Amino acid sequence: MANEEKIDKAQVEHVASLAKLEFDDADLGKFTTQLGDIMELFNTLSEVDTTDVEPTFSVTDQFNTMREDVAVNSHEKEALLKNAPDTQDGFIRVPAIIDESEGAN
Amino acid sequence: MNYFDTDLTTLHEKLVNKELTAEQLTRETLAKIKADNEAINAYITIDDDAAIEAAKAIDAKGINPDNLWAGIPVAVKDNIVTKGLRTTAASKILENFNPIYDATVIEKLRANDVIVIGKTNLDEFAMGGSTETSYFKTTHNPWNLTKVPGGSSGGSAATVSAGGVLAALGTDTGGSIRQPASFTGVVGVKPTYGRVSRWGIIAFGSSLDQVGPFTRTVKDNAALLNLIAGHDEHDMTSSDKEVPDFTAGLDGSVKGMRVALPKEYLGEGVDENVKKAVLDAANTFKELGATVDEVSLPHSKYGIAAYYIISSSEASSNLQRFDGIRYGFRAKDVKNLEDVYVRSRSEGFGDEVKRRIMLGTYSLSAGFYDAYFRKAAEVRTMMINDFKKVFEDHDFIIGPTAPTPAFGIGEDSSDPKKMYMNDVLTVPVNMAGLPGMSLPAGFSNGLPVGLQIIAKPFDEQTLYKAGYAFEQATDFHSKTPEIGGDK
Repeated sequence: MANEEKIDKAQVEHVASLAKLEFDDADLGKFTTQLGDIMELFNTLSEVDTTDVEPTFSVTDQFNTMREDVAVNSHEKEALLKNAPDTQDGFIRVPAIIDESEGAN
Repeated sequence: MNYFDTDLTTLHEKLVNKELTAEQLTRETLAKIKADNEAINAYITIDDDAAIEAAKAIDAKGINPDNLWAGIPVAVKDNIVTKGLRTTAASKILENFNPIYDATVIEKLRANDVIVIGKTNLDEFAMGGSTETSYFKTTHNPWNLTKVPGGSSGGSAATVSAGGVLAALGTDTGGSIRQPASFTGVVGVKPTYGRVSRWGIIAFGSSLDQVGPFTRTVKDNAALLNLIAGHDEHDMTSSDKEVPDFTAGLDGSVKGMRVALPKEYLGEGVDENVKKAVLDAANTFKELGATVDEVSLPHSKYGIAAYYIISSSEASSNLQRFDGIRYGFRAKDVKNLEDVYVRSRSEGFGDEVKRRIMLGTYSLSAGFYDAYFRKAAEVRTMMINDFKKVFEDHDFIIGPTAPTPAFGIGEDSSDPKKMYMNDVLTVPVNMAGLPGMSLPAGFSNGLPVGLQIIAKPFDEQTLYKAGYAFEQATDFHSKTPEIGGDK
């Protein structure tokens, strides 16, 4: 198996950045231990010989089903925006992509 | 009032004969579930006004004598979206989320004059087996308030068990209907993958998730599946196979049927009283004229590892949509857009959800995909083949639903791996997309023990036929918890 070594803090931080999560030091320690424990369980799959076994990603017997290519009225914009945390003039408002505290660019 | 001494047919007759109006039934149900909610905490949201309004409208229209469900209040797990009724998935990140559409299963309930009475508690995003990871509250087992109700559909199971409602909907990704049904002594069914539309279910593991009913009896359960099953153009994985009447063929007979009992399901870690209940059930089926053979599902022991890789990978992808932009919680005092994503997610998700996202992201990441995600998918194929082999010469499989009866609140919650191991007997069914049922089959120190029945894909009829025969031959289902009070 690719990785028999226990996951370390640096790896956990890397995975957190991929997942758009952040942890403080205490949580990072806790998650590193817990994830290491669970990955040990995951590594038991290396015992199973899966040579020539096809993977199953879905058990559905349905194939892609296409609908007619016609426009339908689904949801109204106003209703959709009701759950947005911040809106203005019919748009969702978000902070600048550039860090505002770094001043003008 | 409570729902202990009644069933769907009896209530329906009372409603048709006007001995009872839908409004009276709804008001009494609301009073009962509110009184219980202090001890049991099954509900996140109780929808008083809308429920009474809906009941009045149904009374005004008149109860359709051909519709068993007209005017019956039903509870719904809070990860199934309900138009205009807050839907949280028991997460802070959706604390104030108010859906603008109904899930297909809810549309079907409403179209059949079912009254949605409230939204039940669950593990956050349905990730857990005890309902303890809910952001809002801890639900208590009606049989013993110091025990968990199971999970993730713990609220739905608990309210049916306490006689608060006749039926409730849950979802099952790795046992989340069957295990709480076992822990609370009710009937819970996870239908075949594709039998019920997933449109409007807050997605967890999309190749595993299914919606299904909780009830006190097998027949009522079949009647509720009748209502929610069927193809849906909004869910392309929903099957266009014909939906039979699941209440037909419940005749109490299993004569000549071939039952399989996997030896792996009675192995290490299974409580002695649970084993005994299953072996007693095997004898009951024999006495009813079925044959019972010991069989093997050799890859069962890898089920937990493969399931947690696949379900967490799917979850990490599904939960990317919670980014603080379009809906849900957004962190305050953010500096830039990246901050909105990271801080909203870090502050909005609880620890268990974060663990799953981390496990999934890791299993899918460059360099690890083949060793984890793909390997788990290959093991999944082998698990499916194990089942296929058994079903070549058997009609259904029996075993325990969970290795133990309900455990104590707080007992396993600090050890995620131990918590995951509790799912060992339920996840194989989801991995293979099969239909599975848990129904009352005994007691261990005053706590209910469930029997699991597993059938071939789209053969829920056999599940119900076998479950009904077992129920008729035993009296476990007629026992009720003391919390129900005035029986």
